[in-house]
Amino acid sequence: MTETRRQRYSVLVRVTHWITLLAFVALLVSGVEIVISHPRFYWGEVGNVNTPSLFDLPIPSSRRMVETGYDFKLEDQNGWSRSLHFQSAWLLVLAGFLYVGTGIVNGHFRRNLLPSRTDLSRKSLWSSIKQHVRFAKPTEEASYNVLQRLTYLGVIFVLFPMVIWTGLAMSPAFVSAFPATVEILGGQQSARTLHFLFVIALVLFLLVHVCMIIRAGFLKRMRAMIMGGVNE
Amino acid sequence: MNNLSRRRFITTGLAAAAGVSGLGALAAIAHRYRLVPPDSAGIYGAGATLTYASLKLLTRHSMAREFSKSQICAKPFANYVDPPKEDYKSLEAGGFIDWRLIVDGLVDRPASFSIEDLKRFPKQSNITMLQCEEGWSYIAEWAGASLSHVLKEVGAAPNATFVVYRSIQPDWWDSIDMSDAVHPQTLLAYEMNGTDLTYGFGAPLRMRVPRQLGYKSVKYINRLTVTDDIKKFGKGLGSSGTGDGYSWFAGV
Repeated sequence: MTETRRQRYSVLVRVTHWITLLAFVALLVSGVEIVISHPRFYWGEVGNVNTPSLFDLPIPSSRRMVETGYDFKLEDQNGWSRSLHFQSAWLLVLAGFLYVGTGIVNGHFRRNLLPSRTDLSRKSLWSSIKQHVRFAKPTEEASYNVLQRLTYLGVIFVLFPMVIWTGLAMSPAFVSAFPATVEILGGQQSARTLHFLFVIALVLFLLVHVCMIIRAGFLKRMRAMIMGGVNE
Repeated sequence: MNNLSRRRFITTGLAAAAGVSGLGALAAIAHRYRLVPPDSAGIYGAGATLTYASLKLLTRHSMAREFSKSQICAKPFANYVDPPKEDYKSLEAGGFIDWRLIVDGLVDRPASFSIEDLKRFPKQSNITMLQCEEGWSYIAEWAGASLSHVLKEVGAAPNATFVVYRSIQPDWWDSIDMSDAVHPQTLLAYEMNGTDLTYGFGAPLRMRVPRQLGYKSVKYINRLTVTDDIKKFGKGLGSSGTGDGYSWFAGV
């Protein structure tokens, strides 16, 4: 049997993929630290410990002003967390612009992520869903299946843009220049709550993504995303 | 070395040189237009500088969002502050008659204002949001003297770059750049929601910088220093909180 090596991922896709993961993990860790200082969420413009919340997270807090039901307080880690959060956000946004910009120009999205019309037929969607529900071991295919394509497009063009938008809508300086960006969302606290919910969606994606990679052969998939090629 | 790798070597070298000199030019422009914050060094300096420079350019003429009277929060939250020290308690006992705001540094006429003096200046007010870095917020109406009016009174030097402000509480100070200092919404506030400030909210005088997070609105202000060299203050990072990792610029 002769092995042929086929280029699966371009250098740019691989580099921006790992930068995005690095930035996302840093954003997640620092974001959790920031939430710990006030694990209450509100809707509308304002909210504080004197006003009713939309929902509370059942976790201890790093501030004694928040009543959590726990009789201890965690260490305040907001200083470095906030600095790391915004620096990683810059890294993520710059890598994202590079990836999306080149992907549009070189046809990466059209070729690899946009589902074809036949893919979107009820029959083909249903068979793809059935395959996934049965946890069928994926075969090494030349391209992504329809559910993969739709998921990746949703992550790239819906979830990440919404996380960035809701993040910017919390910035008092940014909204002083563009007040509509927070008003459309229903207010500053709504933006904060939505930011949190969109991140939950991204974390769910990450978990499923990693599970699928393990199912499809962890080492092989890792090598493909690091070295770029697949041996066949 | 064959031709191809030589050509590659030369183009890579040229690209690297262009990149480095490009970055150098960018840094020079950023310094020239005062787009570099005092805490631009260190591991988070790149992010802090990108945020400060881009928001400075975007918010050159912007006003913090203002709200209607009906949106004023019935239950504002004062946040935790250390209990007052003896010097504060004696001033409070005297109804803050002897409270003084010292204004010094790069000014033609160094001055010392009582709260009554500040109340004689044109009264400015705005209904704005106080947003804490922790995530909570409230809307209130603040009234006081505009910082830009006070700076005109004392004749702040045209080459000044920062205004440093200090609390009577030990080791609590901060600073803002001149564009924020002369911004029409930046107040030396002595009233909140129509009444004198209470202890929790910074009586008798607090800074209000509504385009930045709450931690820039330092409470119990008793001294302003106008300067062209922020590095001379504290550790040179522009505020007492920057040492704990909190970025100096809090427009976020």
